[in-house]
Amino acid sequence: MGIRRRLAVLLLSLVLISVFHGASMGAERIRCASTTSTQNSGLFDYLLPLFQKKTGIRVDVIAVGTGAALQIGKRGDVDVVLVHSKEDELRMLREGWFVNRQTVMYNWFVLVGPPEDPAGVRGVASVVEAFRRIFEKGARFISRGDNSGTHKRELKIWQMAGLSPKGHKWYMEVGQGMAKTLRIASQLGGYTLTDKGTYLALMDHEDLNLSVLLEGDRVLLNEYGVMAVNPDRHPHVRYREAMRFIEWLVSEEAQKAIGSYRDSKGNQLFFPANTEPTQGGMPQIKN
Amino acid sequence: MGFLVDSLRRAVELTLSMDPELVRIVVLSLRVSGTAILLASITGITLGIILYRMHSGPLKRVLVVLVNTSMGLPPVVVGLGLYLILSRSGPLGWLNILYTPTAMVLAQYILATPIVAGIVHSTLASSDPNIRFTAYCLGATEFQATMRQLKEARYAIVGAVVAGLGRIVAEVGAVLIVGGNIAGYTRVMTTAIALEADRGDFILAIALGIILLALALMVNICMYLLQQKAEIR
Repeated sequence: MGIRRRLAVLLLSLVLISVFHGASMGAERIRCASTTSTQNSGLFDYLLPLFQKKTGIRVDVIAVGTGAALQIGKRGDVDVVLVHSKEDELRMLREGWFVNRQTVMYNWFVLVGPPEDPAGVRGVASVVEAFRRIFEKGARFISRGDNSGTHKRELKIWQMAGLSPKGHKWYMEVGQGMAKTLRIASQLGGYTLTDKGTYLALMDHEDLNLSVLLEGDRVLLNEYGVMAVNPDRHPHVRYREAMRFIEWLVSEEAQKAIGSYRDSKGNQLFFPANTEPTQGGMPQIKN
Repeated sequence: MGFLVDSLRRAVELTLSMDPELVRIVVLSLRVSGTAILLASITGITLGIILYRMHSGPLKRVLVVLVNTSMGLPPVVVGLGLYLILSRSGPLGWLNILYTPTAMVLAQYILATPIVAGIVHSTLASSDPNIRFTAYCLGATEFQATMRQLKEARYAIVGAVVAGLGRIVAEVGAVLIVGGNIAGYTRVMTTAIALEADRGDFILAIALGIILLALALMVNICMYLLQQKAEIR
C-alpha cells in the first residue's frame, strides 16, 4: 500500500508538472482577442505565421464577438485587440483602456436575403431605405443579437431609419456567430446583415439559399482597428510585443499580405488600410 | 446525401492518416481531461466517503443536496464563473492561468468532482450493511471496514470515474470560455468541432466526432467487461 500510494503521488506530481509546464512555456507569445470574422475567414492562419517568422512572436488568437473582445481587453486578459466597431474603440481609447489604435483593413457589410426578395430591396441604393422596406413589409430579419461589431452596425442602421424592430414577430435575435446566423437566415428565408468576407467564405463550402441584395452604401463600410491594452491600467501586459504586432500590421509587408489574401475561390475578403475604399468594394490606391 | 457520404469518407481518411493537427488536438483533449479526472477521482472519492460516514443530520442533508445539484452543473456557468475568477481583473488573476490548459483542467475538475462524489456516496449508501458489520466482527478498525466496503464497491466506483470522464471529455462550454480555443495551444476536440462547423469545414469536425465516439465506445466496452467480471464473481 505504501509503495502504491507513493507511486500515485509521484504520478500525480508528474502530471501536474507537465500541465503547468505547458502553461508557462514560450516567453515570446502574446494574446489577441479578435472577432470571429478574422478567424473564420482564414486570414489569421495566413497572416500570423508571417509575423512569427519575422519576429519570433507567436500570437494566440481568442476569437469572440467584438463586444466580448473589447471586454476581455478591458479586463486585461489579452495584450492586444483587433475588432471592428470604431465608435466603441474610440470611446474605450478615450476612457483609457486601450492605446495606439491603428486602422488595419476594411471590408464591407452586405445585406443578404432570400433570392426571391419578398421586401423588394434589390437595387435599392440606401441600406437605410432597404431596412425601412423590410420593416414595412414585416419580412423576416435575422439579427446576430450578440453585441458583435456586425450587430452594432445593424442596430445603428435601424436607428438611422428611425425604426425599432425589437419585439416584432418577424425580427429574430439568434445570439450566434456570423456563420450560424447566415445558416439560420438561409433555412428560415430571412434577411440579415453580414460582413462580405464571412458570407463569401461560407458560400465556398455550403450552398446557402441567400443572395447579396444590397452592397456598396458608405454606411456599410466595415473598418477593422487594432489597439494595445493600456499598460498603465494593466502593468502585466506584453506591451512591447503588442506594439511590435501593431506596427507590423500597418507595415508595407503586412498591408500587402492582407491585400493579396484570397479565399479558396479566389475572392478578396479584406482591403488594406492604406487603400481608399470606394463604392462597390473595389479599393483605389491612395497617393 | 452525396455530400454526407463524401464528407464521412474524407473524415475517415483524415482520421486514419494521423494528421498532425488532428493528433495534437486529440492528445491535448486526453491530457486535459485525463488530468482533471485523476484529480477529481481523488477528491471525489474522498468526499463521497466523508459524506457516507457523516452522522445523519441537517448538515449532511444540505451537503448531499449540494453535491447532487452540482452533478448537473451547467458547463457554461462553471466556465463563466471561473473566467471571472481567473481574469486579470478577478481575485486569482495573478495566477496567470486564464487561456491555458491549466485553466481547462480546473474547469473540468470542478465539473467532474461532484459526479464522482455523488455516485460514490450513493453506491456506499446502498451497499450491503452486512459487509461493514462482518468487518467489525472480525476486528476491523473504522478505516479498515470502509476500505473493505470500497473494495466490494470497486466496479461502481470505476463506473463513477468513467461517468465523470465521459462528461468532461464531451464538454464544450467551460473549456471554450476559460481556454479560448487557441490554435495549437488550448484547442481540444469539442472546441475544434464547434469552430470547424462554424467555418463550414466539416471534414475535420466529423473526423474529431468519430474519434470522440470511438473513445466513448472503448471506455464503455471496458466498463461492460468490468461489470461482467464483477457479476461472475
